[in-house]
Amino acid sequence: MTILPELPVLPAAAPTRAAEWRSRVMAPRVVAGAVLLGVLAAAVAPGLLAPGDPLAVHPVDAFSAPSLAHPFGTDDSGRDLYTRVVHGASASLLIGVAATLIGTLLGLVLGIAAGVGTRLTDAAVSRVLEVLFALPGLLLALVIIAFAGPGPIPATLAVGLATAPGYARIFRTRIRAVRSSEMVEAARVLGRGPLTLLVRHVLPNALAPVVVLATLGVGQAIVWASSLSYLGLGSPPPAPEWGAMLEAGRTYLQIAPWMTVFPGLAIVATAAATTVVGRAFAGAGRR
Amino acid sequence: MGATLKSAALKDAAPNGAALNLVRFIAGRVLGALFVLWAVATLIFFAIRLVPGDPAEAILGGPGSQASQEALDLVRRQYGLDQPLLVQYLDQLGRLARGDLGTSYSLKQSVSSVLAAQVPPTLLLASLSLVAAWILAVGVAWWSAGSGRVARAVSSGLEVVASAVPHFLLGSVLIVVFATGLGLLPPVSTGTPIGLVLPVVTLAVPVAGFLGQVTRDSLLDAAAAPFALTATARGEGPSGLFWRHLLRHAALPGLALSGWAFGSLLSGAIVVESLFARPGLGRTLLDAVTLRDIPLVTGVALVSALAYVVVVALGDLAEKAVDPRGQSA
Repeated sequence: MTILPELPVLPAAAPTRAAEWRSRVMAPRVVAGAVLLGVLAAAVAPGLLAPGDPLAVHPVDAFSAPSLAHPFGTDDSGRDLYTRVVHGASASLLIGVAATLIGTLLGLVLGIAAGVGTRLTDAAVSRVLEVLFALPGLLLALVIIAFAGPGPIPATLAVGLATAPGYARIFRTRIRAVRSSEMVEAARVLGRGPLTLLVRHVLPNALAPVVVLATLGVGQAIVWASSLSYLGLGSPPPAPEWGAMLEAGRTYLQIAPWMTVFPGLAIVATAAATTVVGRAFAGAGRR
Repeated sequence: MGATLKSAALKDAAPNGAALNLVRFIAGRVLGALFVLWAVATLIFFAIRLVPGDPAEAILGGPGSQASQEALDLVRRQYGLDQPLLVQYLDQLGRLARGDLGTSYSLKQSVSSVLAAQVPPTLLLASLSLVAAWILAVGVAWWSAGSGRVARAVSSGLEVVASAVPHFLLGSVLIVVFATGLGLLPPVSTGTPIGLVLPVVTLAVPVAGFLGQVTRDSLLDAAAAPFALTATARGEGPSGLFWRHLLRHAALPGLALSGWAFGSLLSGAIVVESLFARPGLGRTLLDAVTLRDIPLVTGVALVSALAYVVVVALGDLAEKAVDPRGQSA
């Protein structure tokens, strides 16, 4: 379940604290940025980082532990896991970004409907959200897959739909808050019409954090989508997608743990890096 | 001043007012729960009719079963699928209202009996994990509150990692280390208490990480508040200050997140039960989804939605018990 953390306020960088600020605030961001650049490079040009074929089978080398020849080891068919993790970046990133887009767009529609509509539409949308919140997280995604069937596209759709209520609630609350702010009051006193108020004043202010929220959400979406793949409901094997690689590694967890650990670390590193970068955006927006 | 007067006035009316408030609270929640259950049932009922695929075929074992036309017709008549949609819908609601959740397509037994067998293991797992998560979160907060900046940085770093790690990775690493490597704990969770350790830890750590983060923030706020200084001036020691004064404030945002914690535990249970081969609601749902067993999916969704409403209500009650200030509102 997405619970988007309160956007942190950047500590004021007092000169005496400059060194501490650099080490505590900047260091994680530099690392996160580097990780994210690496993942993006792997997604755009996997051949540069790993020239091999992610689907090439070498049964003789099956279940090799990590070594110089195979830095991440090999899987049950002797495929090189490093190559597969690198080539899996684009699929996993694409699923995460697509799911987040679906979630935020739907959340925007619902949030705006509830935030700017009449009291009746607000009540109706809020009720719908309340019902969706009662099926939290993976549960709603699983129920959607029960109807749509398994596969990468239904799984992406399911994650997107399952994250939408969270976004909708945030947008609704923000729009309501901005609508009753003094700034909007002042514009109304100046004689602006309701549409101008909405388009020029309320929405830009209320929806400014959408980029930050979406960045924070991509990491969560990648984790959820790979959880679905892990449960056998996402991309089918032998696709080099991180979640599908995890599912393949499940059977061999006790004899070849690297089949699980390396794709898993790729997921965690990407998710954590997008979160850190998202929070950095949030901090920059506050100043 | 006004607030003090108001609360004094409320205190006079307390015996009657409090009882009335409680009745109103419970009545409101029961109505809310009924609405949520009706909406979930309705949503799922119409969703089945929207997606391609024949329910009769699913009952007979999916598209691969090559069922004959006669068999399909028989099943349609048996399950009332030949009736008009509205009749089917009202029929379904009537049966749900009587507590009849239907028959599972795949297991060929009543959904209620499947749920009765599968809810207790998940309830046990989730409650133990919630308790473990609170102990971990409060323990770390207590330890880091009394120590210096390094300890605080280390524990807040741990909390971020803990709240970000996916269940499948944490569980796998625990199995590799404690079952395969050290041979201390079983990798599958059979009925024994020792088999519960790894699943509980896997579920508890992410929740603890999140609770720890919000607990720490409000703990620092409370420690800087005037009442903390007053308590210290009265001669309260550091641990007395923590347990008697600060913890109440620190626990509030965590309690407000009960609904979220429930979601995390339930989502986690789906993965953890599958990973540790434990019986339970999560695994039942996963099997039902894979086999497109709609009555069973509906049953699990209804039970979880009901549980969600109950958990949120309990969280609200706990919040009121911990923080009596908001009760006049």
